[in-house]
Amino acid sequence: MEKHISREHVKHLSWLARLELSEEEEVLYTSQLNEILEYFNKLSKLNTENVPPTYHVIGKINVFREDEIQPSLSNQEALKNAPKKRNGFFEAPKIL
Amino acid sequence: MELYWLTAQEIQEKILNREIKVEEVVQIVLERIRQVEDKINAFVTVCENEALQQARKIDKKIVEKEKLGRLVGIPIAIKDNISTKGIKTTCGSKILENYVPPYNATVVEKILAEDAIIIGKTNMDEFAMGTTTETSYFGPTKNPWDLSRVPGGSSGGSAAALAAGETFLALGSDTGGSIRCPASFCGIVGLKPTYGLVSRYGLIAYANTFEQIGPMARTTYDCALLLNVIAGWDPKDSTSVQIQTSDYVEKLTGDFKKLKIGIPKEMIGEGTEDKVLKSLFNYVSKLEEFNVEWTEISLPTLDYALPAYYLIAMSEASSNLARFDGVRYGYRVQDLDLDWNQVFSKSRREGFGAEVKRRIILGTYALSAGYYDKFFLKSLKAITLIKEDFEKAFKKFDVLVSPTMPILPFKLGEKINNPLALYLCDVDTVPVNLVGIPAITFPCDFQENLPVGVQVMAPPFKEDLLLKISYLSERKLQFNKFKPKCDKK
Repeated sequence: MEKHISREHVKHLSWLARLELSEEEEVLYTSQLNEILEYFNKLSKLNTENVPPTYHVIGKINVFREDEIQPSLSNQEALKNAPKKRNGFFEAPKIL
Repeated sequence: MELYWLTAQEIQEKILNREIKVEEVVQIVLERIRQVEDKINAFVTVCENEALQQARKIDKKIVEKEKLGRLVGIPIAIKDNISTKGIKTTCGSKILENYVPPYNATVVEKILAEDAIIIGKTNMDEFAMGTTTETSYFGPTKNPWDLSRVPGGSSGGSAAALAAGETFLALGSDTGGSIRCPASFCGIVGLKPTYGLVSRYGLIAYANTFEQIGPMARTTYDCALLLNVIAGWDPKDSTSVQIQTSDYVEKLTGDFKKLKIGIPKEMIGEGTEDKVLKSLFNYVSKLEEFNVEWTEISLPTLDYALPAYYLIAMSEASSNLARFDGVRYGYRVQDLDLDWNQVFSKSRREGFGAEVKRRIILGTYALSAGYYDKFFLKSLKAITLIKEDFEKAFKKFDVLVSPTMPILPFKLGEKINNPLALYLCDVDTVPVNLVGIPAITFPCDFQENLPVGVQVMAPPFKEDLLLKISYLSERKLQFNKFKPKCDKK
């Protein structure tokens, strides 16, 4: 069943999400996602013409506070969980 | 009766009357954990040293007649997605297996300020994505009522720890039923607060527009006691609401003038087990003597709540979990020759489990060009209609009542390979999160020695009414007196 989503599409999504999948996962997810999306497609029967979306149930838009300096983590604490660090910085993989 | 079966209220009385030291209470709980934990697996981390140290500190405060907090000496278990400074917080995931938060969640600050004792961090579905606690990297938790069955999820560790006598109180989090489902399956009381009542600061996000931290306990009184401490505005959570909170304990008692209950027929239809329905109607008929009347009603848009919930939750998950990049914290592959994208993608491949991956991929799909309108935006519009249906219902009824779970606790492994079948189990719990209202679950019956939970839903910020109904039901039904026999060989 590849009605909603193909294996190629799943592969593309895994790239967009920066989440590598094994070949077995690609196959399994393609079939499971099709089954799930077939059920989710039920939503298309709901008439939502002229219905505004609800982005947030409590309807808050912006919350402001004064821009005051408050205590925060020290460099050492902030780096404590980093898998790699150097000279007080996070060490990231190469980009180029 | 063994002391670990006392309620938080009772153990606190003994502490305050100086019948027992806090250190002894902690020793009793630690001993109970040693006794049953190899069967239950409710905890990822047991904080033995920290708990004993804190207990001695509080004992000293008691002796020196210092001012004592509202949770003085009570051991409490905390779901492992709630940040605890200096104590591992894994989210049930390999990717956070060794993560030690450098700060406390606001709820943790609050319970510590009230002299509670953190006894451990509880097992959960990975990143709170699941209905059974089977997706945890640290193995499944078992249901204390029947060790071959699931405890529910995702706060399964918190619920099982309470049901097995391994703690007196617990904190869970509820994004689509993650407090109520395991509370129902384990026969305890669990409350999902109104969105914004409890600070989410320090809760590791899965679907942030739906989730709330909430109290779990063996009795309604204990649940109210814990809610009193954790409720309230927090400047560190911009979605928390500035509202005068009630004293939920004080409001437990007193009669109803008249209480009108609506039972949404969409929540008792196809897919609901007959046994569960029997328990539900048996329960509501027992309420008639308390000036309570009930009617079946219809909220037609409820049929669309499950797909809308999952589409939005997965979309938010795909975005929230993007932070796990292997740079600032969490698991990272050996990366001698790999570039940024490869390290990112491979760390996540190895660090996340199957359900988390499935939701990230589906969420990425629902947010991507061409599908956004059809799935994500459509779901947000569905919320508007579902909310209107609830608002209409609450004009006629004080509360709505349904089964918490459409089925009894099922066998471990029975549904884990069928994601859609598991999602469908959440059909009665997710509407509550979609519209942000509060809901409570408490045991209303037992079938085949397994607990059956009932869900009561109320308009925003009516937690006091939910707790009052639960308290009254508990005194009438006395199911909190039942204990599982999980320590017998």
